[in-house]
Amino acid sequence: MSTDIHERPDNMAAPANPDDPFLVVENLSVRFPTHDGLVQAVTDLSYTVERGKTLGIVGESGSGKSVSSMAVLGLHDAKSTRLSGSIRVDGEEIIGRSEEKMRKIRGNSVAMIFQDALTALHPFYTIGDQISEGYRIHHRVSKSEAKKRSIEMLERVGIPQPNRRVDDYPHQFSGGMRQRAMIAMALVNDPQLLIADEPTTALDVTVQAQILDLLQDLQREFNSAVIIITHDLGVVAELADTTMVMYAGRAVEYGATREILTHPEMPYSWGLMGSIPDVSADADARLVPIPGNPPSLLNPPSGCAFHPRCPHVDKVPGNLCRTTLPDLVPGERGVNHVKRCHLPNPGEIYAEEVLPEIAPDLVDPETGELIPELAEVDPDAV
Amino acid sequence: MTGFIVRRVLSSIVVIILTSMFVFTLFFKGLGDSPARNYCEKLGPGKCSTAKLDSIKHQMGFDKSLAYNYTTWAKGVFAGRHNVYSDGKSYECPAPCLGISIMTGDTVTNDLKQKYPATMTLAIGGSAMYLVLGVLLGALAAKYRGTTADRLLVGSTLIVSSIPYYLVALLAWIYLSLQMGLFPNTSYYPITDNPAKTFAWMLLPWLVLGLTNCTSYARYTRGQMVETLSEDYIRTAKAKGLRTNRVLFKHALRAAIVPVITIFGLDFATLLAGTIFTEQIFGIDGIGRWGLQALQTPMDLNVISAVVLISSFIVVLANLLVDIFYSFLDPRVSIA
Repeated sequence: MSTDIHERPDNMAAPANPDDPFLVVENLSVRFPTHDGLVQAVTDLSYTVERGKTLGIVGESGSGKSVSSMAVLGLHDAKSTRLSGSIRVDGEEIIGRSEEKMRKIRGNSVAMIFQDALTALHPFYTIGDQISEGYRIHHRVSKSEAKKRSIEMLERVGIPQPNRRVDDYPHQFSGGMRQRAMIAMALVNDPQLLIADEPTTALDVTVQAQILDLLQDLQREFNSAVIIITHDLGVVAELADTTMVMYAGRAVEYGATREILTHPEMPYSWGLMGSIPDVSADADARLVPIPGNPPSLLNPPSGCAFHPRCPHVDKVPGNLCRTTLPDLVPGERGVNHVKRCHLPNPGEIYAEEVLPEIAPDLVDPETGELIPELAEVDPDAV
Repeated sequence: MTGFIVRRVLSSIVVIILTSMFVFTLFFKGLGDSPARNYCEKLGPGKCSTAKLDSIKHQMGFDKSLAYNYTTWAKGVFAGRHNVYSDGKSYECPAPCLGISIMTGDTVTNDLKQKYPATMTLAIGGSAMYLVLGVLLGALAAKYRGTTADRLLVGSTLIVSSIPYYLVALLAWIYLSLQMGLFPNTSYYPITDNPAKTFAWMLLPWLVLGLTNCTSYARYTRGQMVETLSEDYIRTAKAKGLRTNRVLFKHALRAAIVPVITIFGLDFATLLAGTIFTEQIFGIDGIGRWGLQALQTPMDLNVISAVVLISSFIVVLANLLVDIFYSFLDPRVSIA
């Protein structure tokens, strides 16, 4: 891999401290050189995930959420990708690792669940073969033992008659069952970090809920760290302990999930909140789309990448949004909630302008004030 | 599955019958009574009187309708025929009777039995060579896509496929066999007599067939592989921790090969139906060359009909087999 490797002999040698986060990503940048120029898919991204905890990464298509997680598995083609920064899995640096050493991590201590299991499973091999294969790469076991393990895994993810279904092909499974099989495949080696890339996007709503429950149960059972990548804030609300909102390859807001969801401080996060349809909500609540299109990562906008789509640009003095990239710094609500935005008073704008429009039932109809128990959360509580 | 096969076999039979009718009609109408005239003139100057010609026409069936002649011929295929008159003689023609060859004076069926092993040996050896070579080169090119080796391969396949096949075969024969003597004999030696000798004699035709045809397979396989390599399930395979070669040759090739095999089945059938250039240039007595000889004057209608019938039979059968085989290659295809 052609990388600007941060040599960290100390970290590499040190035995992993079980209290340290399982995954530490620091200043990660992923860039793809193309004929048209350098695509800056991920820039200067840092986050951590502890064992037993779940990080939700939210953002629209092309915001860099999948690209950054694929880097954790080293799945980018080394020839056409430039990686820099640091990714430490269980204390060990993996950027710049040889392919051979990466293979030992992939599917073993770090596993990935992909979206749309129909295309992510091989159409010509049986479900059992595909799960067994993953098991046998990392364990020296016979084919029949691996098959037994596959049946066990299928049973654990809730496939009925697993000893019969193990010989089925992916197309013989329903959408929800395929996703379960995909999860079984990812979990076959008891990974300590599970990356779920939009695991419920291709599924209908009732099945989505089942899959999310399953993920939660399995996480509790294995105490693994989980990254869930999604554009669905509902999924994040249900699963994630911490949430990171990404835009144009950068983190724009990061903190405890409840905190981020109740007191978002970045206009892009407000946009995401406004575009969730909610069947149980007040019928007056408007579905507010974010205007414009995701930015080009080839020529990102100057200053704050969100400024061309941001309705609050003019509230920032001195044209700052267009000229200066805001830092990812704590906002009004303490050090555990960071945001990348120049707005000096995001809490006020959110409560007065955004919330009444997107969620009128959170606002007291008489006083026009936020209903306190819905709105107030201790920002430091995780 | 059974229903599918029954339906397909029935429709295949219809295709074969229609083809035989079509060819029989074309040549019967096109030739007119010239076979009878040819024979009559061979009797010597002045001996071919109008009465003599009429009697020969009568014996050969040219005074009867096309429908009568076709049904006689078709019945003979299943029941055999007695007293078949050809070139002034009468023959016994047991089933499956395809008539009597004017060229050899033997039954067409006997000639066919004698010629077919050569074509079959040529087709199996040559096609095995281009399939294996083509898929291997294509897969490797896909693995190293974008590199100089890949570009060289793609470029050279383009050059090879743009040279006419008969020229390659002819040059190979002139230089490798005639001039340099590397392959002193190129012909078919009966495989049941001495397989080693068959191999030695057929090697050059196989090589020419294999090397020239492998280029299109290499390009096709490469294209399929490159497409497959961008599939989600390839990323999944990598994410499981598989070695690159296993991802390439187990996961990607398994999917990429399906359309290649389909094309191969039909190509192979065409080879089995006779490779006129290869057989003619290398002097292999197969049915391609036989059919070509039958087209020379005097035209041998029975041989032409037999060659066409056999060829259409093989092509139709190959299509059927490819369809059935496809359901084994791709479990998503169910032919119920």
